[in-house]
Amino acid sequence: MVEQFPILIELCPLFGAILIAILGFRMPKLCYPITVLAMALSCAAAIGTFMMMLASPSGTVIYDLSGWGRVNDTAISIEYRVDALSALMLVLISSVAFLNVIYSKVRVAQETPSKIPHFYILYLLLVAGLEGITITNDAFNLYVLVEISSLTGYALIAIGSKRAVISSFNYVIMGTIGASFFLLGVGYLYIKTGTLNMSDIRSIMEAIPDDSKAIKVGFMLIMIGVWVKMAFFPLHGWLPNAYAYAPTATGALMAPLVTKVMIYIMIRMMLSVFGPEYVYETLGWTDVVVTLSTIAIVAGSFFALSRSDLRKMLTYIIVAEVGYMVGGAWLANSQGMTGAIYHLLSDALMTFCLFMVVGIVVSRTGDPKLTAFQGLYRKMPITMVGFTIAALSMIGLPPTCGFFSKWYLLRGGIEAGQYHYVGALLFSSLVNAVLFFRLIEMAYYHGAHAHGEPIRDEDHEQYRMHGADPDSQPKETLANAPWSMLGPMLVVAIGLIALGVFNSTVTEWIGQVVANLNVLEGAN
Amino acid sequence: MEIVTSIIPLLACLASLLAVIPIVVFRKSPNLREAATVVAGVAKLSLVLTMLPGILSGKVYEFTFIEIIEGIPLQFRVDGLGMLFALVASSLWILTSFYAVGYMRGLKEHAQTRFYSFFAISLSATLGVAFSANLFTLYVFYEMLSLATFPLVTHNQDKEARSGGRTYLSYLLGTSVGFVLPAMIFCYVKSGSSLSFTELHDWSGVLDPSAALLLLLLFVFGFAKAGIMPFHSWLPNAMVAPTPVSALLHAVAVVKVGVFSVIRVFTGVLGTDFLSTVDVATVVSWAAGATVIISSLIAMTQDNLKRLLAFSTVGQLSYITLGVSLLATQAVQGSMLHIPMHAFGKITLFFCAGAIYVATGKKYISQMRGLGRAMPWTFGAFAIAAMSVIGLPLTGGLLSKMYMIWGAANAQQHALLAVYLVSSVLNGVYFFPIVYRAFLGKPADGEMHDRVKEAPLACVIPLVITATVSVLLFFFPGVFFELTTLMISSKS
Repeated sequence: MVEQFPILIELCPLFGAILIAILGFRMPKLCYPITVLAMALSCAAAIGTFMMMLASPSGTVIYDLSGWGRVNDTAISIEYRVDALSALMLVLISSVAFLNVIYSKVRVAQETPSKIPHFYILYLLLVAGLEGITITNDAFNLYVLVEISSLTGYALIAIGSKRAVISSFNYVIMGTIGASFFLLGVGYLYIKTGTLNMSDIRSIMEAIPDDSKAIKVGFMLIMIGVWVKMAFFPLHGWLPNAYAYAPTATGALMAPLVTKVMIYIMIRMMLSVFGPEYVYETLGWTDVVVTLSTIAIVAGSFFALSRSDLRKMLTYIIVAEVGYMVGGAWLANSQGMTGAIYHLLSDALMTFCLFMVVGIVVSRTGDPKLTAFQGLYRKMPITMVGFTIAALSMIGLPPTCGFFSKWYLLRGGIEAGQYHYVGALLFSSLVNAVLFFRLIEMAYYHGAHAHGEPIRDEDHEQYRMHGADPDSQPKETLANAPWSMLGPMLVVAIGLIALGVFNSTVTEWIGQVVANLNVLEGAN
Repeated sequence: MEIVTSIIPLLACLASLLAVIPIVVFRKSPNLREAATVVAGVAKLSLVLTMLPGILSGKVYEFTFIEIIEGIPLQFRVDGLGMLFALVASSLWILTSFYAVGYMRGLKEHAQTRFYSFFAISLSATLGVAFSANLFTLYVFYEMLSLATFPLVTHNQDKEARSGGRTYLSYLLGTSVGFVLPAMIFCYVKSGSSLSFTELHDWSGVLDPSAALLLLLLFVFGFAKAGIMPFHSWLPNAMVAPTPVSALLHAVAVVKVGVFSVIRVFTGVLGTDFLSTVDVATVVSWAAGATVIISSLIAMTQDNLKRLLAFSTVGQLSYITLGVSLLATQAVQGSMLHIPMHAFGKITLFFCAGAIYVATGKKYISQMRGLGRAMPWTFGAFAIAAMSVIGLPLTGGLLSKMYMIWGAANAQQHALLAVYLVSSVLNGVYFFPIVYRAFLGKPADGEMHDRVKEAPLACVIPLVITATVSVLLFFFPGVFFELTTLMISSKS
């Protein structure tokens, strides 16, 4: 049983989807519990796999699908391979998806009452796709899973409002272009190496001369493919509308995970398939890509500043954060790579938390604009606790995880001497400070006082009469969100702090991958 | 130097943080709520005091939480300077708590529970900074303090508070994230050290003078709580806060955290020895010197009493930065000594401003003619405290200023020595007329002060106490002297 954990991560959501397809249309009430159960099991299996990875002396767990194994030292079946990086990603994806299912209960019934089974089937398939991407060691299988997660993603977005359909179509076009580039790149690799197993590609490629044009073109195509899919500026056009108009639970699932998984593919390709020597030394693209990511960070921050719609603002922050991670991964030192991977985790949680908060706020106030936050500290104190923690993390203040990811990235940037990237990171932190304190301020001033009128007389009258603070007056009636929404949000908010406080443990795990994969030390 | 591992520093820091629980629980019975604040204050001060004899006998108290980042522990270490600052902050917190009761109730302010809660959190952050063993820990608590004081600055929640709060956060967060954070990581990367204040890295050979200057400026301007121009204007804007906040936080805790951090950078991160070899600290001296003079000149034009005091604080903070940047032993010791001396004087002045406001509703100096005869205690204390801030004999302010001037003379910086002297004159020029007119001036036309009485006792008693302490410090500066001497001797 234990050794089957890696495949169970995949199978639980897959069978869950089939079960809903069979039962869900007749009994829509079953959809939610089945999905929760499937995701809980998948999450448990992911944690189990993580433990297996920690326990294994080599730090990797290899699982042959259907046990065909290797013939003449060539893999003939699809191989699953879990190292620290994929294990962390698996735990992240499955736990985010699990918490988000719980969160989705009320909103799915409200937003798409006629499509509950459709939603949950697609949801489970999307999660299965994302988990598959992070666990597989087969380049073509990877492509198939990218397509599975994309196709279900398009549909999940389009389930929402009319505008969502159009933005989803936009996403389909861009996503398909990206996937085609990726597939083409994989094709080049297959031609040159004759295998699709990623570890085998690596070892065969070491014998191929460095100046092989086919390999270079293959790498370029793969990179462009994943850059489109991760919305790396200026290839980000599809992202803001797609995530902003998606149904609440879809946005909260896809915004934190999909771009991160694409960044995972990029890092995996750089470290495990092409190898750091090739990527950083032979190609010599480091400066160019870091400069591009600097531009992405600055541009994303500017766009975020100019948006008055809450979710649009968050989506442009994602564009900027993608720049953080691409830049970190391309700094060509272990600190930068550690920072990029650590930020992968922390940014996913921050984005998740913020999308959940915004979902709650928008659903309660009915206002999708920034103004929805007016007076919320008084009206929705619990939601605002989560929001404040996530906002501080986005700005990068200790002890939240956002601070530590910035620490590693900045350290990598300084070590590599890429000071424009360092400047961009600091600039974006300050922009985030403006963005989020704007909301915090709005939430802090309330009701009539929001327009700057002093609060003196009435409140004081009450104070005098009742001998108690106006604080203790009953809160304005804005029915609080259900615990199915608040609970997961608070768990993630606590997670943000826990990930920050225990950052050295996490980076130790990441260090295994980075060390195992032999990232070149220091460009200085 | 004997190192004692002890949990007392942590407890002293937590005492006020834990007080938030009873404060919130008793939010409906104000007396119990305020009692919780006072009890926490007394507990905090006693915990700090239990460490005092040990510190004076040369011990150092240490407490480590965890190694937060590879090579950098989250750690407390109480040395002479930390003790000095903790002593000042925690003893004044108790007085401020009493004062706040009088002030907040006197004005029937709203949201008092929030006020007391964040006040307590701010104190924990302040002690955290005071006890920090390394730059990283200091940074963590520094940021915590910026955030915890934000709801206090914007307490009134009106238009003025909103813009004051915006300025406050954008200056403090902008500089700390934009300047201090990269400078700190740069130090960490280049030295490979733990950023601890006791393990000075040898920077010669690592940093050329221009890099050293850049790093130093990033730190000095980055710790904007020290208020070096042009990063000072958050402080006058923060005066929209209720007066107890201005008194304890914006004359003592927050601003002193700024200069404290600057002192730590000079003595514990870059090192005065290294800085004197590259000769770049003079740039900081001149920036601070300019701030001293300009802020004094601006203070002379202010009619709002609290704003005047704010600009006076800006100048006095730069005394401290100027003193430490002279790198001469006496000047550094004088800077450290100026923390308590100025604290007692300036908090008294703010207490007086608040007491006047509670009793009469007056904020402007031009309205205060003749008021001294109606409020003799308040204005008497004001006069004494003003003397201390100017640095006149029989008040503690004279001692620290003398040391700084001595240091300037030793460092052969005669122009900067003149800065100290000129600014003392300027201080006199803006303080003396207030006192003179209050006692001897005639009220403006149509105004009568006949019905004016002193503020509530809870306001008046603390300010009389702090004024008395300002005088006593002239005669008995012993403890503070010994603590600063510890820092100087442990260095050499």
